[in-house]
Amino acid sequence: MKCNTFNGLHGRSLPLATGAKLVNPELVVIAEGGDGDMYGEGGNHFIQAARKNTNITLLAHNNQVYGLTKGQASPTSEPGFTTKVQTEGVKISMLDPLTTALSLNAGFVARSFSGDIEHLSWVIQQAIQHRGFSLVDILMPCISFNKLNTFKWYKSRIYKLEDEHWDTSNKAAAYTRAEEWGEKIPIGIFYKAERPPYEDLISALKGKPLIDREYNPQRVSKLFNEFI
Amino acid sequence: MLDFSLKIGGQAGQGMQTIGYILSKIFSRGGYHIFSTQDYQSRIRGGHNSFQIRVSTNPVGAASAKIELLIALDEMSIAEHQTELTATGGIIYDAGDAASAEAQPGRFTIPLEKLALEAGGKKVYVNSVACGAALGLLEYEFSALEKLLIASFSKKPPDVLEANTKAALAGFKYAKDNYASQFATKLKPQATTPKLMINGNEAIALGALASGCNFFAAYPMTPATSIMVYLAGKQKDFDIVVEQAEDEIAALNMVLGASYAGARAMTATSGGGFALMTEALSLAGITETPAVIALVQRPGPATGLPTRTEQGDLLFALYAGHGEFQRVIFTPGSAQEAFYLTQKAFNLADKYQVPVLILSDQYLADSYRNIEPFDLSALKIDRCLASDEDFADTQAYRRHEITTLGVTTPLGASTPLGVSPRLVPGKSAHLVVTDSDEHTEDGHLTEDLDMRIKMVDKRHRKYQGLVAEIEPPLVNGAAETDLLLIGWGSTYGVITEAVHTLNEQGKNVSQLHFPQVWPFPKKAVAAIFKSAKRKVIIENNSTGQLAQLLRAETGLTVDAKILKYDGRPFTAEYILERLEL
Ligand SMILES: Cc1ncc(C[n+]2csc(CCOP(=O)(O)OP(=O)(O)O)c2C)c(N)n1
Ligand SMILES: [Mg+2]
Repeated sequence: MKCNTFNGLHGRSLPLATGAKLVNPELVVIAEGGDGDMYGEGGNHFIQAARKNTNITLLAHNNQVYGLTKGQASPTSEPGFTTKVQTEGVKISMLDPLTTALSLNAGFVARSFSGDIEHLSWVIQQAIQHRGFSLVDILMPCISFNKLNTFKWYKSRIYKLEDEHWDTSNKAAAYTRAEEWGEKIPIGIFYKAERPPYEDLISALKGKPLIDREYNPQRVSKLFNEFI
Repeated sequence: MLDFSLKIGGQAGQGMQTIGYILSKIFSRGGYHIFSTQDYQSRIRGGHNSFQIRVSTNPVGAASAKIELLIALDEMSIAEHQTELTATGGIIYDAGDAASAEAQPGRFTIPLEKLALEAGGKKVYVNSVACGAALGLLEYEFSALEKLLIASFSKKPPDVLEANTKAALAGFKYAKDNYASQFATKLKPQATTPKLMINGNEAIALGALASGCNFFAAYPMTPATSIMVYLAGKQKDFDIVVEQAEDEIAALNMVLGASYAGARAMTATSGGGFALMTEALSLAGITETPAVIALVQRPGPATGLPTRTEQGDLLFALYAGHGEFQRVIFTPGSAQEAFYLTQKAFNLADKYQVPVLILSDQYLADSYRNIEPFDLSALKIDRCLASDEDFADTQAYRRHEITTLGVTTPLGASTPLGVSPRLVPGKSAHLVVTDSDEHTEDGHLTEDLDMRIKMVDKRHRKYQGLVAEIEPPLVNGAAETDLLLIGWGSTYGVITEAVHTLNEQGKNVSQLHFPQVWPFPKKAVAAIFKSAKRKVIIENNSTGQLAQLLRAETGLTVDAKILKYDGRPFTAEYILERLEL
C-alpha cells in the first residue's frame, strides 16, 4: 500500500494511530500489526481503543504465533500448541479477539482470511468506511512457524456469515457465533453498530482539525487574571 | 525588611491547601513577595499535611526553616511544628472544651469550630474562620479576604458566600480583639502592580499553551498530574485536546502519533511513568519525531515517596531510552524558567526533531511564588516545517533526507545539521514515511550498513546545533569568587538566598545555576570554574548526579557536595549550616 506511514514499535501502533487521528480527523487511519502486537504486547491498547471508539481501522494479522521471533505462543495460539518455549504445549486458554472486542462495545467486529482476497478486501473496505473503531482479525497461516494452523487447516474450516444473510445488528448472536472455533470457523462481519466516534464527542475538536488552527503565544495573557 | 513565615497544619482533607492558597493570594495582592510550599502525605484523608507561606518585602525563592505563626487545625500539628517556631512565635488553635485553660503567651486559643458552626451551621467553615483569625492577628485589612471569598464562591449559591464571609469575620474579630496586642508582626497592603501567583506546574502548562501545544496525553502520576488537570480545563479555549491514556507507554506513543501528524504534542509524568516511556523516547529518537516531556521528579526507587521531592532522575533522564540519539534536558529553577523553557522546548523539539525533556520536581511543581506577568511579546511559535514548494516532484521528498534543506540555524544554512525537511502527512502532495527500524532517507526499513552509519551520524549531527542553542548557566554574583555554590533545577531560589545571606555577611560568594544540563554547557562551565576558588555543589539527591555529569563532561570536580535526600527540599539555613565557612 502506498500511503503515509509511521512504522512504530512492536504492539504500539494503536496509541500512535489515536494521537494522529485526534489532531487530524480528516486522515484515514489504519493501525496494523500481528496477533502478538495487538493482543499480547499491546493488549491494553487494544482494550482501550475498542472502548474509545476513535475512527481507526485495526488490521490484526493473526497467524496464531509469534512469527518474527521464530515461533513462540501468541495469545491466540491453540491450547496444546507446542513450540520450543511451550515445550509441553500451550497450557492457557486462547484470547478471542472478537468476543473481547464485542464485550468492549466495539462498533465493528469482523474476521476474514488471507486466503480469500476478495472477501478480505471487502471486509477491509467496510471497516474503513465504518465510523468508529473497527476490528478486522485476519486469519493467516504462518508457513514457517505454525504447522498446526496451516492454509489447509483454515480452508477446511472457514465459512462465510454472508452466505447465511447474517444480521450484523444482533450483538448477542454475534457473541455466540464468535465463540464458534473448531470444526467450523465463521468469517465475515459479525457485528456492526453506529455510535459516534470518540473524536466527535470532544468539544475542542468541533470545527477544523487542530493542526489547521492558528496559535499565538499572546493568547495566554487572558489567563493571567486567574493568577492575580 | 519584613520576612514573616506562617504555617497551617492539619489532617489531609481539612483544607490547609485552601487556607494557604487564600492567605498567599491576599499577601501577593497586598504587594508582598510570597513563597508557599506544601508538604503532604500520599493520602486522601488523614495523615499530616502542612502549607507554609513566607511573606517578605524582599524577593524570596524558598521557604524558611523557622516560622512565626502556626495555625494548628489538629493536636498533631502542634507537636509536629512547635519546634519550628521562633522565640516570639505564636500558635492559633482550637482548644475545644479546654478553652478555659490558663492562657499561655503565644498560645492563641480560638474556638474555630464553634465560630464556624455559629456562622454557617457547618464545620467546613473552619477554613474561613482560620483565614480570618490569621488576618485579625496580623491586623490586616479584612476587605482583602472578603474580596477573595466573593471571587472564590461566585459560582456557588449566595448563602455559601454569606456563611463563609460571616465565619471569616468572626475569626478575624476574635483574634484581633483578644490577641492582636500580643503579636508583634503586623502586615498591611503595599502599593503594587499585579503579580501572578503561580506554581511550577502551572508555569509549564501556561508555557505549553503559549507554545501552541495542541495535543497532550498523559497518565496521572503525582506530582505531574496538575499539568494535565490545568490543560484539561483549557481545551476549548485553547484548541488543545487532553487525552488520558491507558498507561504511560500509550501516552508517549500518542504524543508521537500526534506530532507526526503535525501537532505540537506533549506529555508529563514522574519517574515511574517515565520509565514506561523510555521505549517510545527511543522511537522519537530514530523517527526524529518532536516531543516535549515534562518529567516532574519525586523520590524513588519505585513508588518511593510519592508526594515528596527529589532530584534523583537527572542521569536517568539523560540515559533513558535504548540506543544512541540526541535529546535536550532543561532544568528550570523558577516559575519564570519553567514557562520560558517550556516555550523553548517546543521550538527546539520542532527545529531539531528530537525529544526535549523538562526536568522539574515536586518542590518546584507545587510551590507558589508571585512574579511579574510573563512577557509574551518576544515569544514565537517556530514550527520549522518544510513546504511542498521546496520539492520539485513527489520523488524528491524524503522524510529522512540527509541534507540541510529548509533549516536555517545560527551556524548557517550550509552546516550539515542532520535535520531533514519535515512535512505533515495529508497536508502535502508527498508521502511522509518514517520507521522505528533503521531506514533509508525515504523512511523505509534497511539493513544496509553504509546507510546505517550515515543515519546514525546524521542524527548525531544535531548535537552541534543544539550546543549553539544551550540555555547558558547563570552566575549570580562576581565571577572572581571565593566560593561558588552550584545547583540545578529547583534549588535555584534557595541557593540564591544562601548566597545573599553570605554576601550580607561580607563574604565573596557566588551562585552557579544550570537551567539546562544537556547538552552540557562545557565551555561556559570551564570558564566559570577557573575564576572560582572553592566549589560546592548542592543537590536534592544522594549521589550528586550533576557533579558526576560535570566530571564526565569536563573532567572538573567540586570540592564538596551538600546532598539532601530525605524527600524534603532545602532551606537556606540547612545549606549555611553545612558550608563550614
Ligand atoms: C518490546 C519488544 N519486545 C519484543 C520484541 C520482539 N518481537 C518482535 S515481533 C514479536 C512478536 C511477533 O508476533 P506477531 O505480532 O504475532 O507478528 P508475526 O511475526 O507473527 O507476524 C516480538 C516478540 C520487540 N520487537 N519489541
Ligand atoms: Mg503472529
